[in-house]
Amino acid sequence: MVDFSLWDIFRNLLLAARWTVGLSLVAFIGGGLVGLALLLMRLAAWPGAQRGVAGYVQLFQGTPLLMQLFLAYFGLGLLGINVSAWVAAGLALTLYTSAFLTEIWRGCVNAIPKGQWEAADSLALNFGEKMRHVVGPQALRIAVPPTVGFLVQVIKGTALASVIGFVELTKAGTMITNATFKPFTVYACVALMYFALCWPVSAASRKLERSFRRGH
Amino acid sequence: MIQLDFIAVLEQWPALLRGAAFTLGLSAVAAVLGVGLGVACGWARAWGPRPLAAVVSAYVELIRNTPFIVQLFFIFFGLPSLGVKLSPEVASVIAMVVNLGAYAAEIVRAGIENTPRGQIEAARSLALTELQVFTRVVLPPALGRVWPALVSQIVIVMLGSAVCGQISAQELSYAANLIQSRNFRAFEAYIVATLIYLGLSVGVRQFLNWLGPKFIFGRLPNAGHSAGR
Repeated sequence: MVDFSLWDIFRNLLLAARWTVGLSLVAFIGGGLVGLALLLMRLAAWPGAQRGVAGYVQLFQGTPLLMQLFLAYFGLGLLGINVSAWVAAGLALTLYTSAFLTEIWRGCVNAIPKGQWEAADSLALNFGEKMRHVVGPQALRIAVPPTVGFLVQVIKGTALASVIGFVELTKAGTMITNATFKPFTVYACVALMYFALCWPVSAASRKLERSFRRGH
Repeated sequence: MIQLDFIAVLEQWPALLRGAAFTLGLSAVAAVLGVGLGVACGWARAWGPRPLAAVVSAYVELIRNTPFIVQLFFIFFGLPSLGVKLSPEVASVIAMVVNLGAYAAEIVRAGIENTPRGQIEAARSLALTELQVFTRVVLPPALGRVWPALVSQIVIVMLGSAVCGQISAQELSYAANLIQSRNFRAFEAYIVATLIYLGLSVGVRQFLNWLGPKFIFGRLPNAGHSAGR
C-alpha cells in the first residue's frame, strides 16, 4: 500500500483545486455573458422577454443545482452529444449562474432613479446609447459588490460537479479518501482549501459594499 | 428522434412521493433547528459576550465559505474516525442545521441590529429581564423584518438537500436515482424530480410566507395601525 503523507494529500488536492478555479471562471464568465444578454432582452422590452426571463430565473432558482447538473449530463447525452463531465458541468453552471446574475443585475438597474431614464430619453438617445452612457455605468457601480459576492456561490457550486464525475477539489478529496482511508484529514483539507478560495472573495465583496455605502 | 418515456417514471410514483415527503421532513426539521441555532448565534453576535461573538463569527465564516457537500461529507465520512458514527439521515439533518444556522445567524443579526434603541430602553425601564427584552421585544419584530430573507434561505437549504442522496439519505433525488437505475430513463426521472422540487420550493415559500406573520412574529406595527397588543 502506498503511504500518503499529509503533504501528499495536500499537494494532490492543490492540483485538483486548479479545476475548481477553472470551472468557476468558465461558469462565471459564461454565466455573466448569458445573464447580460437576458438582462438586455428584458430592458429592451422584447415581446415575451419579461415573462420568459422571469420563468427562466424561477426555474433555475427554484430547483437544485444538482438536478440541473444531472439534466445537463443526461440531456446532452440523449441529444447524441458525447458529453464529457467538463461540458455538462460547464453548461449547467453557466445557465445556473446566468439566472442569478441576470436577477441581481436587474435589481441594480431598477435602483437607478427614473429621472436618469427620462433624461436619456429626452436627449433622444437610442437604447444602445442609453445603456452605454447613462444606465450602464451607474448600474455597474452598484452591481460590483453583489456580483463579487455571488462568485462565492459559483465556486461552492462547482463542488457539485464532482457528482457527475468532474475531477475537481471535492472529487479529488473523495478519491484520496478511498486511497488513504483518512476521511477526516482529507475532507478537513478540502474544506480549508475552499475556505482559502472563497473567503478572500467574500471579504472583498463586503469591503466593496462598505466603501460603496460610504461613497454615497 | 429522441423517445421520451415519462410513463415509465410516473409509474413509480410511490417512490417519488416517499422521496418528496422525506425531503420535506428533512427540511422541516432542519428549518426549525436551523432557525433556532441562527437566532442563538445572531443574539451572540449582536449582544453576546465578546469571546462568544468571536467564536460564532468564525463558525459563520467557515460555513458560508465552504460548499454544503463538503460539510456533509465531513460529517458523514469524517466524523466516524473520531468515533461519532451517524446514520445518513442524522448526518443530513446535522449538516443542514449547521449550514442553515450560519446563514440564518447573519440574517437574524441584521434584523436585531435594526431594532430602534428606544424600544430596548423602554423595555428595560419596564423592568423586563434581559432575556425578556430579547425574546419579547427585540426578536419578534426583528424576525418579521428579515422573514423574506429567512424564507429564501430555508428554500435554498431544502434544494441543497438534494445532495444528501449522495450519502444515501432516501430523499427525492435518491428516489430519482433509484428509478433511473431500474428503468434506465435517467433524463425523464430527473426531469420529473426537478419539477417536483420546483413545486416544493414554490409551495414551501408560500406556506412560510403565510406561517410567519400568522404564528411566529405576529402582525407588525408598520403593516397597518392595528398593533393593539
